[in-house]
Parts: sequence; structure tokens; C-alpha cells
Amino acid sequence: MRIKVDTSRCTGCKLCQQICTIEHYGEINPKKAAIRIGAEFPEPGVFTPRLCVQCGACARACPEGAIERTGSADAFVLDTSKCTNCGVCVETCPIGVMYTHAAAPTPVKCDLCLKCTEVCNTGALTVVDSPRPTSR
Amino acid sequence: MYGFGGTVLRINLETGEIRRSPTPESFAREWLGARGFVAKTIYDEVPRNADPLGPENLFIVAPGVLTGSFAPCGSKLGFGCVSPLTNGHADSNMGGHLGPEIKYAGYDMIVLERISPKPVYLFIDDDAVELRPAEQYWGMGSLDLEARMKKDLGEDFQIATIGPAGENGVGFACITHDFGRQAGRCGVGAVMGSKRLKAIAVRGTKSLAVHDLPGLTKHTYDIIQRTKPHPNMEPWQKYGTALFVSWANEHGCFPSRNFQTTYHEGWEGISGEKLAEEVLVTHKACFGCWMNCGKYSRARIPGKPDTYLEGPEYETIALCGGSCGMTDIHHVAYANYLCDNLGLDTMSGGNVTGFAMECYERGIITKDDLEGHELRWGNIDDFEHFVGMIAARRGIGELFSHGTRAAAQKLGRGTIEFAEQAKGMEFSGYDTRWYSAQLLSYCTADIGAHHNRSWAITADIELGQDTPVGKAPVVIYLQHIRPLFDTWCCCRLFWGELDVTPEEHVDAVRHLTGWDITIEECMLTSERIWNLTRAHYLERNGGPGRKHDVAPLRQLEERIPTGPAEGRKVGTENFEYMLNDYYANRGWDAEGNPTREVLETLGLPRIADRLEKLGLLGKPIPGGIPKVRGQKLKPKAM
Ligand code: SF4
Repeated sequence: MRIKVDTSRCTGCKLCQQICTIEHYGEINPKKAAIRIGAEFPEPGVFTPRLCVQCGACARACPEGAIERTGSADAFVLDTSKCTNCGVCVETCPIGVMYTHAAAPTPVKCDLCLKCTEVCNTGALTVVDSPRPTSR
Repeated sequence: MYGFGGTVLRINLETGEIRRSPTPESFAREWLGARGFVAKTIYDEVPRNADPLGPENLFIVAPGVLTGSFAPCGSKLGFGCVSPLTNGHADSNMGGHLGPEIKYAGYDMIVLERISPKPVYLFIDDDAVELRPAEQYWGMGSLDLEARMKKDLGEDFQIATIGPAGENGVGFACITHDFGRQAGRCGVGAVMGSKRLKAIAVRGTKSLAVHDLPGLTKHTYDIIQRTKPHPNMEPWQKYGTALFVSWANEHGCFPSRNFQTTYHEGWEGISGEKLAEEVLVTHKACFGCWMNCGKYSRARIPGKPDTYLEGPEYETIALCGGSCGMTDIHHVAYANYLCDNLGLDTMSGGNVTGFAMECYERGIITKDDLEGHELRWGNIDDFEHFVGMIAARRGIGELFSHGTRAAAQKLGRGTIEFAEQAKGMEFSGYDTRWYSAQLLSYCTADIGAHHNRSWAITADIELGQDTPVGKAPVVIYLQHIRPLFDTWCCCRLFWGELDVTPEEHVDAVRHLTGWDITIEECMLTSERIWNLTRAHYLERNGGPGRKHDVAPLRQLEERIPTGPAEGRKVGTENFEYMLNDYYANRGWDAEGNPTREVLETLGLPRIADRLEKLGLLGKPIPGGIPKVRGQKLKPKAM
């Protein structure tokens, strides 16, 4: 299972960002979200949701072993109790979707809670049953 | 305090002094935000003889209670001042993402005072607030500048700008944000320009304090799931407000050629369907909105550069399109781009240009006035040249830059009879000759003929299009409920189109703030604002109120020549009947002045005292004022 992104459908509404920080921090703060919405305006006029594809590069790089794929789940999850906020994962991420926020004690990472796909009303974020992009 | 940023910011542009104070909770609850904050502050602080473009006017930026919250489309941001167009209270709001950004930076109201000696822009990065030099940006187009500032500051800043029209003090200059969201009306862009404030750039990274986050989350989450399959969802997502073009033509309320008629030959070429087929690039939403009425487009016209713009939405199509005689969606889109980049409101801009086109048709203005150009119906080159003259206030452009009323007063020769405006504010994109409640809405509104103050077209259909009876109480209800959304700062379309109830929006306010607030309290707030801005208008412009609630003669006495509404007019007698009914239902006297009784009911006794001193207070009404003012009716979606 993974989240499929269709940039052509994103309208930049940021509902996904709001529900993301509500779910993970109990706060409303789009800047803390594990998903970012790029906006390429005035030309060509496209929104680009950018979020983790669960490739696992961060998990391999983390010196503390704080990022793990648990059980049969498809997500690599950051264990905040092990994380020292050293920033290696953020530098390692090949597509730049390990995010940081000044008020977040650790990097911000998508754990495939799927809440964003539940609120997105445009088909920009959908859940698909498909093989993991890479395996560990 | 929950639900708010917590700080009021006051900036003296002349001295550069920046002051902060906590937002008083009593003020927040009494006025709710944006339009309410603006109305109260402008009323209290701007001297009655202040020149709208002078140093004593204030320029206020204020989000509202629901801005930036996880409430349905809590995206709105209010701007306020005294209007150079109407010389009354002004507020105008925009969606997009700037309002939430300001809230996340911690601010509930930013009051800009006096005039900066040099062009500046307001830079806010959370707690860092600076006035930065903007000489390098002065003269730039609104859209061009936003692109430039995104490069200079970074993608995660939200930016509002003015164009040359705002710098030059055009009476209907707008403020632009997010490459096409506008605070369009009342000339708020001209006031921003008069302060030499070219732009506002904000980044806010703080979390919003919420009283009951699980409650608010469930509330909105459930509304999202409930409204996803709503039958209006798909058409709105596909076409946005442009959907309305066909409906308005079929119902005889679409302005064609400066409202000469109400069925536009060739409307099919500028319909929502054509927009989706021909110019649409992507759908675009405001913050927290899942029905994305925003359409982002590209205009392609041989011989002109391809241009990108947000829109055209219904009002722009009606006024730059229909009212200027256009029948090609690329032309309307290009006209939209021109106005946006110049910083002109597409509504007044289109209306004024249509009016000028009729003046040209009648020979009242000529090529000599137009620097050798013509001003023909539907001609995009003529349109381009003319709006350029307006934005620069060059030649006859100066005359039209203060709106149709001011232009007609100078031109004379009966032009005022076909200047479609009320209180100096140009009509929105609805002719009213078959829609008398809408005419009453336009003419009684505090800011003049703007449909967002009360949109009564479908109410007219429900109540009977050929009668004035029963219109006034419904207009009053609509004048309280619709502008309430400008105070809460969430989009009214979830109510109008998707059946999300006002009560549900109040539930969001309750979860957010922890207040035990009700819809009745909110409606009273709205009525309080309505009476306050009425008093403000009278104090600035003299009484009695009735003399300002005036309809254009075309709407009253000129029969519609063609289309489904052929032969219709409102009739002066019917209009006077509706006005009488309106004043009586508002608890105002027959001259349209608010009475002490109604002002006291609304907690505004000091305003009653002031009006009394000025001889503007309504005479007591024998038998007292109505207990309930206004009659509830939720107009059907179209
Ligand atoms: S919820 Fe969907 S449409 Fe809205 S910003 Fe997120 S991905 Fe884009």
C-alpha cells in the first residue's frame, strides 16, 4: 500500500497539511506537515504535493536505528524516543521529503496514516495497493 | 485566547513605529473578525472629514475567527478603510492563503496609519515585523511583483501586492494575492497605494491554539465526507462560478453591453464550459477548501503574448465579458489578466469600461479622447488601451478612474441614467430589472452595489419576480447572513451550494474558541455591523439615508429590450415601496435613518447619541421597532 500522488489534480487547498498536523501533533500548523505543496506559479501553473514514498533510504542512514518498518506495515516510522535530531536522514533523503520545523523536536516524516487521503477531494492523493517502491 | 493569533499590530508608516497589543477577547467576541474588526476600528478612529487617500485614513488588514482553522474553507482575510469610491465604510476580502499565514504569525489585526515617506513593503516573519524599502518594486504589475517577491523571499511567504492602479489612486484599485485572488472592491488597493505600501509579505509558522481540537476535527471531517457526493460538487469543481454564465443568460439577469440588455448574444463563447475546454490550466483552491472554484487559465490570442491568470470567474465574465460585449473566452481571460496585473478590480473595471463603451457608441466620448483609439464593443485591443489609460489616470482615463458615478457627473448629458452603480459602487454582474430584491440589495448596501452583501436572485424567483411584495424582509436577512461570512472569514459557498448550515459554522466557532456562541448572537453582531456602517456612511455623507439609496434609472424605467426577461423593469413606484418596507423592517425611520431604539437594541447607544447631535437620528417609530428584523430564507442554489 502506498499513497499515489497525481499532481495534475492538486488544487493547493492544504487540507492534507492540516489533517496531518492534527493527527501527528494535535495542532493546526500546515508548516509542520509531512507533506508539502509546491506551487509553480505563474507558469506553468501546477501544484506539486511532495511526500515520502517510503523508500527507506533514511532508515538505512539513521545512525540510531530510529527509523524502522514495523511488522507488515508499509511505512518506515520514526521512533521519536530514539531520534537525536542529528539530521542525517534529512540530508540523505533522495527526494527531499524529510521535513523539519523549528518547533518540532525531530524531523517530520510521513507514517502512512492515510488521513490526508481521506480529506483530499480531488484525487490528488489516493491509496493504491501496489508493491513498495524499494525493499530494504 | 483560543482561535486567534493573540496580537493586534499597529504600524505608523510615517515614523516607522511598530506597536503590539494583546487582542482583547471582548473585542474579538463582539466583532468576530475581519469585517467586524474593520467596521468598529474605522468608525472609532478615522475622522469624519478625513480624505480617503490622505494620512488620516487607516488601512487595516484583519483575518477573522475561522481564518486558518480547520473549519470549512477558513481562508478569508479582510481589508478595510474609508473608500475613495463611495466615501463610506469600506471592507473587501480575499481568499487564498495570506489570511491563515497572518494568523499563524500571531496577528488578528494589522492597523497601518499615516503615509510612508518612501515606497515600502510590510515584511512579517512570525515575530519579526519590518517596513522594507520597495522602490525597486514600485511601478510593477501585481502579478509580476508577486512572482518576483516569491523569488526574492522564498516560496513559503504569502504575498499581497498592488499594481500601478493602486499606486496611482484609481478609485477601484484592488489588492492581489496568490496570482489571482483579489480584495477587489471599494478601492482598498488605492488606499494601500496612498500609504505607499506596495506589498505585504508574511510567513507564519506557529500553531493555532484550539479549544477543542478533536471536536473541531470531527466536525469538519464529517462535513467533508458528507458533502463529497453532493450533486453540486462536481459542477463546481469543474467550472467554478463560471458555471453561472449559462444560468444567468437563461434567467435574463446577465449584463450585456453595459446592461443594455440581459441576454448576451454569443454567451456560449464565454461560458464555463468554454472556459474548461479552451483556457483552463488547473483547478485552484483557497486554503481549506475542497470544492476548488478557482480556475487557473492561459489566454492565447494571436499577436499577443500568452498570459496566465486566475479566472475568469463569473463576475469577470459578466462585467469584462458581457458588459463589454465580448464573446471569446480567450479575450475575457486576457482582459482579466490585464486588470489583475494593473491592479484594477475586474468588476468595477469591466463595468466602467462597458459604460465608457456605451458613451463611445453614443458619441459622448470620441477617438480624440482616446488617444486616437476606438472603444468598440467586444474589441480586446480597445479594452487593453482603455484600461491602461485608467490605471495611469491618463487623459480621459482620469475621468473614469473614479468610477461611473463620478465620470457621469463630469460628462453630464444624461450619462448618469445608464451608469449602473449605487453609492458610487459599480453593479456586480447581475441586472436587476426582473430581480427587484437584488436591486434593493444593491441600493441599500453600505458599500454600494456589491452582490456579496446580499445575493437575492434566487430569492426573487422564490418570492415572485414581478412583485415587490415580501422582498425587503428577505433582503435584510440576506444582508445579515451573507456578510457574516466576511466576519467569520470562511467561504459562503459551502452554505450556498453544499448545504452546510450557518449553525454548523457557528459550531466550528464554538469548538475553536470555547465560547458558548449561537447563530442568534452572530446574526445580532452582523446587524450591529450593518447599523454601524450605516451610521458611518451618514456621518460622512450627510442625511437623510434615503437620499443615498438610489437606483440607476435604467434599472427602474428602461424596459429590457431582448431575451427571456424582455419588457421587464422594476418601476420607480415599486422601488419606493420596497424602500419603505425595508426601512420599516429594519427599525429605521421613513427617511432611512437608524432609530435610537434599534441602535440601543444592538448595544450602540453612543452611536445614537452621536447621530442625534448631528441631526441624523431616525424619528421614533410609533409602536416601536420590529422584534425580529429580517425574514429567514435560504435562497436555493441556482
Ligand atoms: S488535500 Fe489534495 S488537493 Fe488539497 S493540497 Fe492536499 S493534495 Fe492538494
